Amino acid sequence: MGVALSRSAQWTAAGYETGTLEITALNESILNEIIEFVEPFVYKYPQEAKFVFIEPLEWKTNLEPSAFESGYIVSETTAKSEEVDKDGEPLLLLCVPNIKVRSFGQLSQFLSFAKDNKLQEAQACIEANREPMVKILGSYYDEMTDDPPTITILDSITSDQDMHNKRKIAILLKQLDLHLLNHSLKHISEGIRLNPATFKKDIELLKRYSGKGDETVLESIDYTSDYEFSNGCRAPPWRQSQGEVCYVIVKPHDVDALCLTCSAEGVFLNGGKTEEEGEINYERQGEIYKDLVTCLKDKSPVFSENMSKHELRFSEDQQKDSDTYDKPKIEEVQSSVTSSDKSKTEKSQISFGKSPMTKRLEPSLNWRATVDYKEKGSAKDSQEEKQGKAEKSSTSVSSGRAQLLRKSGEKVEETASESSSESEEDEEPPDHRQEANADLPSEYWQIQKLVKYLKGGNQTATVIALCSMRDFNLAQETCQLAIRDVGGLEVLINLLDTDEVKCKIGSLKILKEISHNPQIRRNIVDLGGLPIMVNILDSPHKSLKCLAAETIANVAKFKRARRAVRHHGGITKLVALLDCGHHSTEPTQPSLYETRDVEVARCGAQALWSCSKSHSNKEAIRKAGGIPLLARLLKTSHEDMLIPVVGTLQECASEENYRAAIKAERIIENLVKNLNSENEQLQEHCAMAIYQCAEDEETRDLVRQHGGLKPLASLLNNTDNKERLAAVTGAIWKCSISKENVIKFREYKAIETLVGLLTDQPEEVLVNVVGALGECCQEYENRVIVRRCGGIQPLVNLLVGINQALLVNVTKAVGACAVDPESMSIIDRLDGVRLLWSLLKNPHPDVKASAAWALCPCIENAKDAGEMVRSFVGGLELVVNLLKSDNKEVLASVCAAITNIAKDQENLAVITDHGVVPLLSKLANTNNDKLRRHLAEAISRCCMWGRNRVAFGEHKAVAPLVRYLKSNDTNVHRATAQALYQLSEDADNCITMHENGAVKLLLDMVGSPDQDLQEAAAGCISNIRRLALATEKARYT
Amino acid sequence: MNRKKLQKLTDTLTKSCKHFNKYEVNCLITLFYNLVGDAAERSGAVVGLDRNAFRNILHVTFRMTDDMIMDRVFRGFDRDNDGCVNVSEWVQGLSLFLRGTLEEKMKYCFEVFDLNGDGFISKEEMFHMLKNSLLKQPSEEDPDEGIKDLVEITLKKMDQDHDGKLSYTDYENAVREETLLLEAFGPCLPDPKSQMEFEAQVFKDPHEFHDI
Repeated sequence: MGVALSRSAQWTAAGYETGTLEITALNESILNEIIEFVEPFVYKYPQEAKFVFIEPLEWKTNLEPSAFESGYIVSETTAKSEEVDKDGEPLLLLCVPNIKVRSFGQLSQFLSFAKDNKLQEAQACIEANREPMVKILGSYYDEMTDDPPTITILDSITSDQDMHNKRKIAILLKQLDLHLLNHSLKHISEGIRLNPATFKKDIELLKRYSGKGDETVLESIDYTSDYEFSNGCRAPPWRQSQGEVCYVIVKPHDVDALCLTCSAEGVFLNGGKTEEEGEINYERQGEIYKDLVTCLKDKSPVFSENMSKHELRFSEDQQKDSDTYDKPKIEEVQSSVTSSDKSKTEKSQISFGKSPMTKRLEPSLNWRATVDYKEKGSAKDSQEEKQGKAEKSSTSVSSGRAQLLRKSGEKVEETASESSSESEEDEEPPDHRQEANADLPSEYWQIQKLVKYLKGGNQTATVIALCSMRDFNLAQETCQLAIRDVGGLEVLINLLDTDEVKCKIGSLKILKEISHNPQIRRNIVDLGGLPIMVNILDSPHKSLKCLAAETIANVAKFKRARRAVRHHGGITKLVALLDCGHHSTEPTQPSLYETRDVEVARCGAQALWSCSKSHSNKEAIRKAGGIPLLARLLKTSHEDMLIPVVGTLQECASEENYRAAIKAERIIENLVKNLNSENEQLQEHCAMAIYQCAEDEETRDLVRQHGGLKPLASLLNNTDNKERLAAVTGAIWKCSISKENVIKFREYKAIETLVGLLTDQPEEVLVNVVGALGECCQEYENRVIVRRCGGIQPLVNLLVGINQALLVNVTKAVGACAVDPESMSIIDRLDGVRLLWSLLKNPHPDVKASAAWALCPCIENAKDAGEMVRSFVGGLELVVNLLKSDNKEVLASVCAAITNIAKDQENLAVITDHGVVPLLSKLANTNNDKLRRHLAEAISRCCMWGRNRVAFGEHKAVAPLVRYLKSNDTNVHRATAQALYQLSEDADNCITMHENGAVKLLLDMVGSPDQDLQEAAAGCISNIRRLALATEKARYT
Repeated sequence: MNRKKLQKLTDTLTKSCKHFNKYEVNCLITLFYNLVGDAAERSGAVVGLDRNAFRNILHVTFRMTDDMIMDRVFRGFDRDNDGCVNVSEWVQGLSLFLRGTLEEKMKYCFEVFDLNGDGFISKEEMFHMLKNSLLKQPSEEDPDEGIKDLVEITLKKMDQDHDGKLSYTDYENAVREETLLLEAFGPCLPDPKSQMEFEAQVFKDPHEFHDI
């Protein structure tokens, strides 16, 4: 009772302490319930009725002493009961107007005397005794009542009759309390309108129990719209104003699909979704049900049958759901709601959950009652001014969660399907809605007015409003967001779905402009704009196609949009637009609906360019036959056209399939031609495309054959446009992988220019410049040029960078330079070797490997290399430990470095101490030829020290080495034969080799044209043979 | 009508009309006589489509709905103001309707919109033409306020010399800048869809044109 009274009874605003009960229907019904409990108490529980309260219930009564009848001692102003307690005190004492009552028996008597005034008396009593439980049972029991077992134990100890009664009353009161709570909940829930959260949970739950099979309650239940507004509704705004929340299509097992409207009033059947337009006929077609479950029960017998089977689980789920679902929200609201509210709501819910009475309630009603009660409770208890705040925060939470859900769902899908050059805005930034109270610019109101005319005007008014809207500066974010915030986007997109060509054109012209804004793009996608625009691509009006394609080009700047375009068949249609570009028709008369074919193709290419940033779209473009069309468009001479075409090709060239097709379609030729264009953007994209394609050797040759190297080299001289410079240097880098191209570049003096670009350039440029120099420096002449131009110093300076790609290229370039002793001395002087060495600690394996490779020529060509290497404190240990890496390239490079290090005896001793032998032996079982070769070389070097030969044998490195001889790589053969030759100095190793069939393999190697290989193989065989002879000799002597 | 007469009529009209070829003119003439019906021909009175018949065609074939605009279109067709569209006016009018250049269409539309023919589209005329263009909202005190505002918006957009009315120059400049404004005050040209349907039907076989 205490809980119910303090929680759900509606006290006046004055506060709990001094307040009186408000005269409301709820309170009245609670009081009636209490009276109904107390009045028959004396008959129902005669024993307990005699129980004397710890403290009397006191209040001011209007009852006159004269009203008391027999069994009372009545005087003028007093009345007392004849029934007394152990101490002789009367159980009822009235001294007008105060009354004290000390037992339920007396209470119930009193109420019967009060007759018509029962209600007032009960109210006065409750108001005066705010904690009846404490007064009746004492504070101890008030806390104890939640815990029946304790009471039982207490009871069993004291078998006192009084105690027994006390316990019984405690339980009875507890039951009353629960009953009152349920009663008030029921009461509240009846008065509450349905809200979006209710429906959402209802539908989610039903979904969980839907699917194929006899056990499920429904076949399917789905929203008609995926878009959820921030208030949780899915109905379009103009329907929301009528209280409609969302529409669901329900497919029960036994009857046809139902299209239901969920509105605040209830659930009813609407006119259904029309097949062709996909629009909903909002008219109500039947009676209104109080909720979804009731409605479905009525419509589908199978549903109600299966539902009754699931009832229990369903209600449990609902309960659980409402628990988990609402908690975060409640906690969010906490900041604005007093803490007592929380404990209250939770507590009441818990007691509610335990209550046996829940079973009597309808499952869904029960569940909604708790939810609504909570919401109502929090809203009611927070003061008026807090209420708004609380609601706001709760809606923002729910919308935030919706976004989160959507996002996480998306992530799963996208990681599966897309992974490619998606550079820009891949993560979705949060929406910045304009603050309602922020100062709004005058444009806002003007735009709002125009949108009003868009909504409420016929075609003529709409066109005027659209034209007028275009006079605003649509490039300005204020206007873009204003259009969205006044609901203009919805209208504009709706217009696209009409038959009015002029409205479509006007709308697209605006959408095209405002979709430059990333937020607007997302809104357009959320509102389902893309499928409509994709459909417009089929329109017979070319200008309409153009506008749609251009808008798609703007919108498809992020993954979700690109995927939507593809899923709605947009790629094929866009590719089809390219097809009309080659008819060089004369421009037709300027008309509203017509435009040049070239223009259509241009817009198509533009849209494809945007779409081509997704891997799957590239594939889709190729499958739709886009490459030959792009190749054909590439032959035209319109710059406007060429830029998107080359842009698309450049994006797509990241795919192997495309590179092959680009070669086959003779696209390189045209790319090279357009390098000579005047347009910087075009040059940039051409260079970029060449950069992508020139991974392929044939393509590199094609670039040279079509004279592409000269324009590339000359473009190096213009360094103002950094994007273009990055693309050009990239193309030069990839092209210079071919030796013939390098010769050309030298001719064009590109190497000198590249060296000049080593300073003061952004990293994107530097990576490519250094990469190109690294390739060029493979040739002696170029190394000389680089040294002469002072390129070594800036290269060594770049070794301290952090950009991984750059470091990989720099180390390679420095390594290439170090091949020249003269350059090496410069590097040494600049402390380049130490810098390279420290890069072995770089976390990225590519950098480690590249640095280790670069160290090889350094050690080889440095004067006093041994001394230099020893001077790096901890350097040798570092190298040896890199043998624990699991990256093959790192291992191969480190083996190569060790080979060079081990040339110095002292260093070899040091690395032996660091345990190089077991580490190398452990690597022996590998199939990687590159690693095999360098490993064998390292082993053969390391054999030169101490008992390393024996140690390799002990660590079982010999047998795997023998198997290397079966490899197809002569380099591996040579290195292995040399290693075996070294190892064969040890008798045990010879035995192992012999056992593993080395002799036959080595005999074959003796016939090799490679002299070193011959020699090593022969040496090894002779060692084996000598051992055999020695053993024979030993045997016979 | 005998073949010879028809031949002659076709020849003259083909000469005077630059947008149709002879076959098309022929089709249109045939259609015209189908529409007018034999009765009119026999009676010897003015041969042509009267206002109602013409409005019917506009409504059914070209999906125009605005009574006032349709009247104005009728006047546009009926060059000699005799209350009916004769065969020559029919062909000339359709030539503009279906094949007119932007120039021609602008002139025609301006005439349609210039209700009193004074060479200007005044605020009052605009109001008159736009008065049914907005959904009446019962909540608004002055139901015409929206229309008035729309007129102001249009003027702001199109009245380049700021004299409070649209001259042909104002109109022409505005339309050249934004072609959507060609039919700014109401559809007075066939929409592309009905135009295509009409052409497809008429130039295929005029006898099958039974819609009217």
